[in-house]
Amino acid sequence: MTFELSFAARNVLLGAALLGGLGGALGSFALLRRQSLLGDALAHAALPGVCLGFLVSGVKAPLPLFIGALLAGLLGSLFILATIRNSRIKEDTAIGIVLSVFFGVGIVLLTYIQKLPTGNQSGLDRFLFGQAATLMAEDVTRMGWLGGAVLAVMLLTYKELKVLSFDPEFGASLGLPIRRLEMLLTLLLVVVVVVGLQTVGVVLIVATLITPAAAARQWTESLGRMIVLAGVLGATAGVLGAMASATVDRLPTGPSIVIVSSVVLVGSLLFAPQRGIAWAILRERRLSRRIRRENLLKDIYRIGEDHPARASGRSGWDEFIPAPRLMGVRGQSAPQLAKSARPLVTAGLLETSGRRLRLTAEGLEEAARVVRKHRLWELYLTRKLELASDHVHREAEAMEHALTDEAVAALEAKLGWPRVDPHGRAIPPAPDLAPPAGEDERIAS
Amino acid sequence: MSPTVVILIVGSMIAASCALVGSFLVLRRMALMGDAISHAVLPGIALAFLWTGDRAPLPMILGAGAFGVLTVFLVELFNRSGRLKEDASIGVVFPALFSVGVILISRYASQVDIDLDCVLYGEIAYAPWDLLYFGERSIGPKALWVGGGILLANLALIGAFFKELKLSTFDPELAASLGFSSVALHYLLMTAVSWTVVGSFESVGAILVVAMLVVPPATAYLMTDRLGVMLALAVLLGVISAIGGYWLARWWDASIAGAMAAVAGGLFSLALFASPRHGLLARLAGRRSASRRLADQLLMLHLREGGALVPLETLETRFGWSAARLRRTAAALEARGWIERGIGGLALTPKGATALEESGRHLLAHPLEASANATGAPQASTKKLAAPL
Repeated sequence: MTFELSFAARNVLLGAALLGGLGGALGSFALLRRQSLLGDALAHAALPGVCLGFLVSGVKAPLPLFIGALLAGLLGSLFILATIRNSRIKEDTAIGIVLSVFFGVGIVLLTYIQKLPTGNQSGLDRFLFGQAATLMAEDVTRMGWLGGAVLAVMLLTYKELKVLSFDPEFGASLGLPIRRLEMLLTLLLVVVVVVGLQTVGVVLIVATLITPAAAARQWTESLGRMIVLAGVLGATAGVLGAMASATVDRLPTGPSIVIVSSVVLVGSLLFAPQRGIAWAILRERRLSRRIRRENLLKDIYRIGEDHPARASGRSGWDEFIPAPRLMGVRGQSAPQLAKSARPLVTAGLLETSGRRLRLTAEGLEEAARVVRKHRLWELYLTRKLELASDHVHREAEAMEHALTDEAVAALEAKLGWPRVDPHGRAIPPAPDLAPPAGEDERIAS
Repeated sequence: MSPTVVILIVGSMIAASCALVGSFLVLRRMALMGDAISHAVLPGIALAFLWTGDRAPLPMILGAGAFGVLTVFLVELFNRSGRLKEDASIGVVFPALFSVGVILISRYASQVDIDLDCVLYGEIAYAPWDLLYFGERSIGPKALWVGGGILLANLALIGAFFKELKLSTFDPELAASLGFSSVALHYLLMTAVSWTVVGSFESVGAILVVAMLVVPPATAYLMTDRLGVMLALAVLLGVISAIGGYWLARWWDASIAGAMAAVAGGLFSLALFASPRHGLLARLAGRRSASRRLADQLLMLHLREGGALVPLETLETRFGWSAARLRRTAAALEARGWIERGIGGLALTPKGATALEESGRHLLAHPLEASANATGAPQASTKKLAAPL
């Protein structure tokens, strides 16, 4: 089956792709500057401008409507800035005021135009709710020109905009005209918003700006890559949404595009390699499982350490320890204990005899490793950071699971290969990391 | 009841309900949650329509309330995940939910009497003719019942939790340490916003309800530092906007809801310029008097250091002031008898020396403090609003 595009459908696809790409790219700056909802306000603020453009020019030609929208959007953004700078009104409230009041005035003008003898506002409505299906070839051409201009300005001022997005104070100290750059970025945003009105409408503009940028943010830490990725995601969502709307009956274009990009966003939030929430949960699970297992080994080690047999030079770890005793150490239930013990038995670190547990030779080695980390860290805290010895146990409980072997070796060297922790307990020696010969004597002396 | 009276009463009740919950949105810097909720409840309304097949108010309010809470939950979820900032969380959640609502309506609800224009603009002019039936008998316009119910609910909510809301708004840490659950209060407030929005939907529409939620409270916030007064003022301003908007719309023959928003915006602009407490003009005056006080003290201090008679030229070069400014400052001080004019120079009088001594303790702190107040240090004003606790 071939998917043949009519001219009209091609226009819609092109328009949606253009807007998606442009919105994603520019939205990246808005997202980083925490001005996600400025675009929303600008879109709503454009409405009275569209109406005035019609009233003044008397025609529904795109240019006067566009200029009107542009001017109204700029006026709205200036009003927001002026209100925040000069009064106790905060940004969110200022945005809410401009959004709703400008829109209200626009609705008044719209109903006024509707009742004029010459007024047939169907063309104006298009600006409001977006009817991608009515995009003409010349609309798409205009979008292309404007989009190209916006992209060109963005590329030319890329470095400055980058500084503005991450560290405006630093930019000001370099002598960059921060206020003017802010205005420039707002102007670009207004242009994109006005371009998008016709395709997705007032309410959904904000999603074409923010949703692809938020998704792209999850995949990269570099602004350049984020902008490109956001543009690609936005354009793809535009194309897929437009195609869905063209094939399914009564499926409006704007909302379809937004749903597609929202799905992409949720996927990115969950599965992006570094920042993905799914991976984070998995990592956390794995870590807490390891902590539970290491704690169990350590608990058994401690019990054996205090065994009376050790006084006469024999091993204290030969006896099986009853499960209830181990449950008592951390107040665990039987299933909780079993959950930590089972994988250790499988790995050959523990052996069982009925409801009793014992460390194997490898288990003893592993347990000694954990205890070593714990006690070395306690010693480090008391000696080097001079914390009281009764305050270091909790810190060490956390660090024993985090210290790497390299860090332990360095720590041990720094402390001079100590044998005893701050509480007078022996620090188990490293089986494979024996101290260099001769060092022992030096410490002893 | 004449139709006009019904419209005026419905409009005023909606404005008052919105102003009550909106005040807390503005103070908690969550004005845009109001915007988000007002859009995001659309699928709830659409589902209620599809479920029941008519426009009964109760299922609508329940459906919208559920989606209002869902919006808040999703925004919090994204925000807490640390992957999105709060503004971005709002900016991605509400368009998605709104899109779902639009798709539901345009695909499945065309046979039911609901259309997007009505949802977005609302039409309060129909309120008098949309009657509520109890069995077979009409018990009056539906909007009166819905609006009155919501107003009562909001009044009851704020009456019952006034102290808790106030504390958690101005001092969340203290509220938490006293054992108030800020999460529960947050959700309670957001649920109230949801039902208020839904009740206002048919009258003013999704976008203009934001005007009623945000603009009158913001105007009131510019006029007072006390929460109780702010609530009362916001309600009053909302009602004035509703009534003024109605008459304006009749005069212009235009959208009533749009005109209400326009009047609210006009009142806000007026307060922004002319509010005696936080208006631009008051700030400007405060800044000027502070700088004048600073100039007075500087000049007198310099005269004291300079001994008997300090020539005018020295002062001019010392401060880099214009001759006119020096003359103005000197004339004001001379009029108070704090300095005197000699031949070609100025000198401090004993009376001036005492005055300087008195203000001396605050010489450095005082003018700075005054100018900080004039530029409206935000912490200072929030604290003041919290003060009557």
